[in-house]
Amino acid sequence: MLRTMAAIVAGKTARLAARRRGGGGSAFPGLVAERVDPKILAKTLSRLPDGIVVVSGTNGKTTTTRMLAAIIAAHGKKVFTNPTGSNFTRGVISSMLTEVPLSGRLNADIAVLELDEGHALQFAKVVAPTYALLLNVARDQLDRFAEIDTTAKLLATLASQTTRCIVLNRDDPFVARIALSVETDDVRYFGTDPLAADRVPSLHEADVRFEDDFTPPQPTPRDGLLHPHDSRSFSVRFGEQILGDVTLQQRGLAAMINATAAVTMAKAVLGGDFHKGIAAAALREVTPPFGRGEVIDANGAPLELVLVKNPAGFTVALDTYGDEPVTTMIAINDDYADGQDVSWLYDVSFESLRANGVALTSGVRAYDMALRLDYDDVAVDTIELDLDAALERLLTAYAGRPTRIFCTYTAMMALRRTLAARFDLPDFGEDGA
Amino acid sequence: MTSKGTITLVHLYPREMSIYGDLGNTRCLAARIRRHGYDCVVHDHHPGMPFPETAHLLLGGGGQDSGQSRVEEDLLAIGDRLRGLAADGTPMLMICGMYQMFGHTFLTHEGVEVDGLGILDVTTRGQSTRMIGGVVLDTEFGPVVGFENHSGATVLSPGQRPFGTVRVGHGNDGVSGTEGARTHHVIGSYLHGPLLPANPAVTDALIAPAVELATGRPFEPEDTDDRLADEARTRQIARLLAT
Ligand SMILES: [Zn+2]
Repeated sequence: MLRTMAAIVAGKTARLAARRRGGGGSAFPGLVAERVDPKILAKTLSRLPDGIVVVSGTNGKTTTTRMLAAIIAAHGKKVFTNPTGSNFTRGVISSMLTEVPLSGRLNADIAVLELDEGHALQFAKVVAPTYALLLNVARDQLDRFAEIDTTAKLLATLASQTTRCIVLNRDDPFVARIALSVETDDVRYFGTDPLAADRVPSLHEADVRFEDDFTPPQPTPRDGLLHPHDSRSFSVRFGEQILGDVTLQQRGLAAMINATAAVTMAKAVLGGDFHKGIAAAALREVTPPFGRGEVIDANGAPLELVLVKNPAGFTVALDTYGDEPVTTMIAINDDYADGQDVSWLYDVSFESLRANGVALTSGVRAYDMALRLDYDDVAVDTIELDLDAALERLLTAYAGRPTRIFCTYTAMMALRRTLAARFDLPDFGEDGA
Repeated sequence: MTSKGTITLVHLYPREMSIYGDLGNTRCLAARIRRHGYDCVVHDHHPGMPFPETAHLLLGGGGQDSGQSRVEEDLLAIGDRLRGLAADGTPMLMICGMYQMFGHTFLTHEGVEVDGLGILDVTTRGQSTRMIGGVVLDTEFGPVVGFENHSGATVLSPGQRPFGTVRVGHGNDGVSGTEGARTHHVIGSYLHGPLLPANPAVTDALIAPAVELATGRPFEPEDTDDRLADEARTRQIARLLAT
């Protein structure tokens, strides 16, 4: 107990010091607290009466975590979550320090935490999750996770350490198959309704999937199945029960799938207390995380920022938006956080952009992007490596038209900064990549 | 424009051995063959299927270990055919995992020895560390740019010609200064990126012998507009050389 208190004091002090220096490094205070008491996370979180939910997978963690936390909170629970997206052990401790009194008791009923696949095991070693929501496995940040199989194994291990309930994506064979390797008998699935399959584009990279040795069981009333209605509204079916229509503030199929995952997990957590009306109302209020379909008012015309970071994500984004007649810009950087190898652009089909063309490509790899589009016979008007200059051109030459910018992580950060200054946007937290 | 002939392109194991944009090489080759005024048929070869009668150009990519083990048996079954095609001058581009399988042996990090086809006079040994990053090569097709991501270290036998010499990056093994291997018209390389779109000189060097095999006449290229490829390549080379 004394040790925990010392750890919290040390962490809080480091946090204050970091603030005074103007540093934003959100993991640093957590590192300090962890040094003093490595079990601080376990001790504090294990006291939560309703347990710990972890959300992991390659795409959609931030959005899904935000939605799940909102639904559970709307049911009257006090939720602790890691909203800054610093999604690993130290980041979790860091956000905890802002809320933990010196007693070490967190004023919350339940924790809903976004966990990066790479840090999931490190986290589970310290504290066993009560619930795990596993979204998908896609190629991402190749430099870190060289093989997709490895990522799938990390998630399977996380699932095997989860004590109460696991929710899996039935449409992703790498994730659905995890059901075979877990102990708990409460395994649920979310996915797209087989009855609405024709409305849902293929979400996965067929080239790396093999013939399935596992087919998820027939859906039960505990499984949430997505029915998309149009690009914004959908319902979720649990057996005979229908939740919705729900219209999200964020557009697109990816967001609907995330919402389906979130309600399926919320139902598992809340049990008989789950109320579909409350859940639907909570989802309607969730604002898109930074860069996930955020719409900026650019002199009266909507400008949408869409973060793309891997083939699966880009493919889904294009399926959602591709053939709409808007002005399109694509900004590709190749820093560590973007993925240094631009090969992945060749695993995305850009044919849906052919009819309207692309106004601008930008970023360090603007020419590589234009070359990629050329192989799909998509015309590009302008190549402008400098992001600010490209944005300037987009806003002047195409003024008054709805525009959409697909961008990698660091390109998005830079563009968002410029847009914030230009249109006096509220400050934003740096959500996880 | 009337077609100058039909080129059949065989992509080996597109499901198991195609990662990090390797599909881009196939897309690029097919598109460029058509832009040169020829027709192109792309044939996907999967494990267990009969190998096609006609094959003017072969492509293979990288994979995960699970993919590699899935194709081993099939590769043995069609090995004689592939060796024959290579000896007859059929152009082939084998990237990463398939480059390793085109050598004599691949010794995994766990100590398991896997037999390759022996078309390229190389052997590969798995290592615990990965060789990752941008690569610039000098080749007889001019400077070539790509991105490597491999843990196997490949050693060329004394008589084996490399694909290029390394100016930036690790190459075959991080020490020899060589990258890839070339025998007849077979190129093995670790370069993803993918290799062909930004390096059209290499693409045309593969297309030319394929055209001769398919039509019996020399390659008659059209004027292609390579400005985008040239910009992408030269800019990336300049960046990598500057670091
Ligand atoms: Zn590779």
